Amino acid sequence: MSDIYINLAYIASAALFVFGLKMLSSPATARRGNLLSSIGMLIAIVATLTAQGIVSYQWIAVGALAGGVIGALAARLVAMTSMPEMVALFNGSGGAASLLVGWAALSAATNPTAFTAAVAFLSILIGGVTASGSIVAWAKLAEVVPSRAVVFPGQRVVNGLILAAIVVGGTLFATQPATDAPLFYALLGLALLLGVMAVIPIGGADMPVVISLLNSYSGLAACAAGFAIDNNILIVAGSLVGAAGIILTNIMCKAMNRSLANVLFSGFGAVQAATKVEGEVKPINVEDASIILEAASSVTFVPGYGMAVAQAQHVVRELGDLLEAHGTEVTYAIHPVAGRMPGHMNVLLAEANVSYDKLVEMEDINPRMPNVDVAVVIGANDVVNPAARDDATSPIHGMPIINVDHARTVFVLKRSMASGFAGVDNPLFFGQNTRMLFGDAKASISGVVAQFKD
Amino acid sequence: MELIAVYLAFILVLSIFLGFELISKVPATLHTPLMSGTNAISGITLVGALAAAGAGEAQEGLATALGVAAVAFATVNVVGGYLVTDRMLGMFRKR
Repeated sequence: MSDIYINLAYIASAALFVFGLKMLSSPATARRGNLLSSIGMLIAIVATLTAQGIVSYQWIAVGALAGGVIGALAARLVAMTSMPEMVALFNGSGGAASLLVGWAALSAATNPTAFTAAVAFLSILIGGVTASGSIVAWAKLAEVVPSRAVVFPGQRVVNGLILAAIVVGGTLFATQPATDAPLFYALLGLALLLGVMAVIPIGGADMPVVISLLNSYSGLAACAAGFAIDNNILIVAGSLVGAAGIILTNIMCKAMNRSLANVLFSGFGAVQAATKVEGEVKPINVEDASIILEAASSVTFVPGYGMAVAQAQHVVRELGDLLEAHGTEVTYAIHPVAGRMPGHMNVLLAEANVSYDKLVEMEDINPRMPNVDVAVVIGANDVVNPAARDDATSPIHGMPIINVDHARTVFVLKRSMASGFAGVDNPLFFGQNTRMLFGDAKASISGVVAQFKD
Repeated sequence: MELIAVYLAFILVLSIFLGFELISKVPATLHTPLMSGTNAISGITLVGALAAAGAGEAQEGLATALGVAAVAFATVNVVGGYLVTDRMLGMFRKR
């Protein structure tokens, strides 16, 4: 096909991408939206394959087969608890693809202009940062490396120097683009190093921000690659992805009441808690807990990452069903940064067969909290810490929380009295209306379920 | 050449605004499928990779090798991204 028809096909693809994303505005239409978006992708790919410049298909087939098998297996086999790791790796492979496309465009070009060289370099730089940064993010999420923030003296100076070297080297490269020169390989190495350096100072609790940001970078890298090869569909799709990542990053930062700069550079988690909380902890056993739940007319579950770790989502749903059958109103209140990526808890509960209209956002549950008889906190800590609201000296002060302490009774399911990711003490545990149900969350809930069935 | 760059920048600016409008309507419940779905869309670099991998004798071998690797990475995103998103969205049911 000539370029005209290919570009007409790209218009159809772009329209389908936009429709697909639009249908993601409701869980009822989202699946069809994803299908539309994939049809858009198929159209773009098939149209491109007919281009006159493409003469040999065997190598394309090799690459596509390898990628297709890996992608399909990964998509089928991944556990829903591991979605953050999977998305981190997908961000990385998107970045790597942009890096390689930029590199290939440069090495194939005879006498590229300074503009082409500059945008191809940008594609390599952003792609490289995304790829190596995503691998570090994956390693932290999978706990291949410690998930805490890695900070060392002079870190900012080192990062500043790397950045300065990239800017100077990149400018030099744009004027004399040669991909076989040492300068190019040095820049490639620096881009990958920058990605690593950007992610290591970020602690485990801030991972939702990092994944969102890398998601955005993978889109921007595709945009830059689009400029490098004069391709409009890369720019349209890339900027849609970039915008999605930026919006999610923003939502995550707001949900922690921190600026992006603070998340990226401060090495949170290394901060010491300001106020020590003292008081009496009131433990409760499974029998008493189920008696209180039986008497309740409304119950809200507040899940956190601990629910994913304990794999407790299925027994939570079972308990929820039993309560509903008993006539109790059951909701699931979800904080925007609960879990390790945006929307992580929602997916886990959906997997456990919880109806999506029972999943309530923080802003919607808080006004109703005084009317909730029992709030059951499962493996969440910082997102329900009243110190964030009341204690101006707390390191997490100002972070919006789910006000479980306003409920009539609060059950906190917890292994021990250890503090959360932010390392901050939680006065909720010492509250008048709080009962601590110590032990593994899954075992505790199963115990309550068993009591209920008797 | 410069005119093409400006025209591409024009597309970039409009798509970013469109992206912000579209994505801000996505509810928090669907943020994980949104991310995996955008992972799939960012696999659009496949389009660029195909041209690099399929140019044949018209270019040197290194460019083709880079193109093939790019095809593999981008296909992981396209295939894996759409499939896992579909799998997840299939779990969101109303009872």
